[in-house]
Amino acid sequence: MKDPSHIPSSEVTPEETFLNRRFFMKSAIWAGSTLATAGLYRTFSPRPEVENTGTAIATVSEPSVQTTLMADEKVNSFNDIAGYNNYYEFSTDKSEVAAKAKNFVTDPWSVQVGGLVQKPRSFDLADLLKFESVERTYRFRCVEGWSMVIPWVGFPLSKLLAMVEPLSTATHVAFETYYDIKQMPDSRYAGIDLPYVEGLRLDEAMHLLTLLATGLYGKTLPNQNGAPVRLVVPWKYGFKSIKSVVKITLMDREPPTTWSLANPGEYGFYSNVNPTVDHPRWSQAHERRIGEMGSRPTLMFNGYAEQVAHLYKGMDLSADF
Amino acid sequence: MTFSADTRFHRQLFLFNGLLPAVLILIDGWRGKLGANPVEFVTRATGVLTLVFLILTLLVTPLRKMYGWNWLLKQRRLLGLYAFFYGFAHLLTYLAYDRDWQLGTVIGDVYKRPFIAIGMFSFLLMVPLAVTSTNAMIKKLGGPRWAQLHRLTYYIAIGGVLHYWIIVKSDVTYPFFFAVVLALLLGWRVVASIKKARGAAPRAS
Repeated sequence: MKDPSHIPSSEVTPEETFLNRRFFMKSAIWAGSTLATAGLYRTFSPRPEVENTGTAIATVSEPSVQTTLMADEKVNSFNDIAGYNNYYEFSTDKSEVAAKAKNFVTDPWSVQVGGLVQKPRSFDLADLLKFESVERTYRFRCVEGWSMVIPWVGFPLSKLLAMVEPLSTATHVAFETYYDIKQMPDSRYAGIDLPYVEGLRLDEAMHLLTLLATGLYGKTLPNQNGAPVRLVVPWKYGFKSIKSVVKITLMDREPPTTWSLANPGEYGFYSNVNPTVDHPRWSQAHERRIGEMGSRPTLMFNGYAEQVAHLYKGMDLSADF
Repeated sequence: MTFSADTRFHRQLFLFNGLLPAVLILIDGWRGKLGANPVEFVTRATGVLTLVFLILTLLVTPLRKMYGWNWLLKQRRLLGLYAFFYGFAHLLTYLAYDRDWQLGTVIGDVYKRPFIAIGMFSFLLMVPLAVTSTNAMIKKLGGPRWAQLHRLTYYIAIGGVLHYWIIVKSDVTYPFFFAVVLALLLGWRVVASIKKARGAAPRAS
């Protein structure tokens, strides 16, 4: 460095300019770091509102089906139902699925129904919408410990199965979700084998409560909720209610199911909602109802024991979890 | 005054940016914008922030040795205290919402679930570090003993990443990211200490 006494006064930065420059630098660092920190937070914080772009589905009333809620239970908002989804093909972040599934193509669509049936056939979207639709408001309990109340629109799976006439040898039903890595690029991070597969025993599949849902809140399903057609089995953990179904196969043995393939010690074939059988890593005795801060006790068979308990008579539900 | 000498400015900058996520979470909570499951979000966010600040704390020494950014050392305690702050917030959300303040059930939960046990243990290890973070305590313990105690940070960070990894259902992308960064930071220290043992710089701390 030069001896300061030899620096011509013209080269010395005036004090005012020096302070201004420092002020500018500091301000830039403040602004930059604040933007970076806030930006990082925003990247990982939940997404805002979801729009309901579905088209209306006409429903008929069915006074014979009892699916009443308890007095203190409220139906969840559309935003909760369509903004918080487990659909690993699109994202493992529940608040990201809606955005990632936005451009998923669900029309044209076809569901191949075959296996041990008299009349195998495929159903396209129009065929599915020809079934008489009903509205069913069910509790939905996720294996992760949260739950919702959802006003589904759809029809009993038994009606579709009746049309293909299962053979007397059929004992189980296997389901498969549509899979296309081009439409679901983030499925690479899912950590589970795809396509997603699920299964039911035939008597479970034929049960009046078991629904093929084509809509919710009176309109066609949002993509993130499993458009255009999904299974709804209200007394089982949510992952049994397989989304965007393309294949239904009648079988004479228990079909493989995705989560029990991924982790047989934690997820069984039946996966009935059961507060007395804990998940190895967390308790299933309570649940957090979305929209509420406290927790509520989880009900046996998710509150549908009266309708379905007879299906499991004599079984050890802690062994067949 | 040069940037690296402006300790007051560093302090303000780190204090503000460390607190900012907590403030944003509170604002979002106040506006009801924490998504469908606010409890899950706050739990995950405070947990991840704890890991972030543990990683930042462990980043100080390598940055000093590699780039000569010695001014960072004066902010390290603040980073560590933020790790403790977010860890404590994480524990409180667990006690309030997962345990409904039934503190008696915590012991059973720790016993039953390894990931809870690892998380709890890692948090408890942070307590003596937070308590001994004052100048008076450094003096009382003496530099080398204080430094030795604060090497517990390595085990706390390993426990934290493990705790995160175990709870994830199947997508381990984020815990994997933290594990890689932590492995690099601890690996650097191992290499540095081997070099030091052979009589070469740099010195690990």
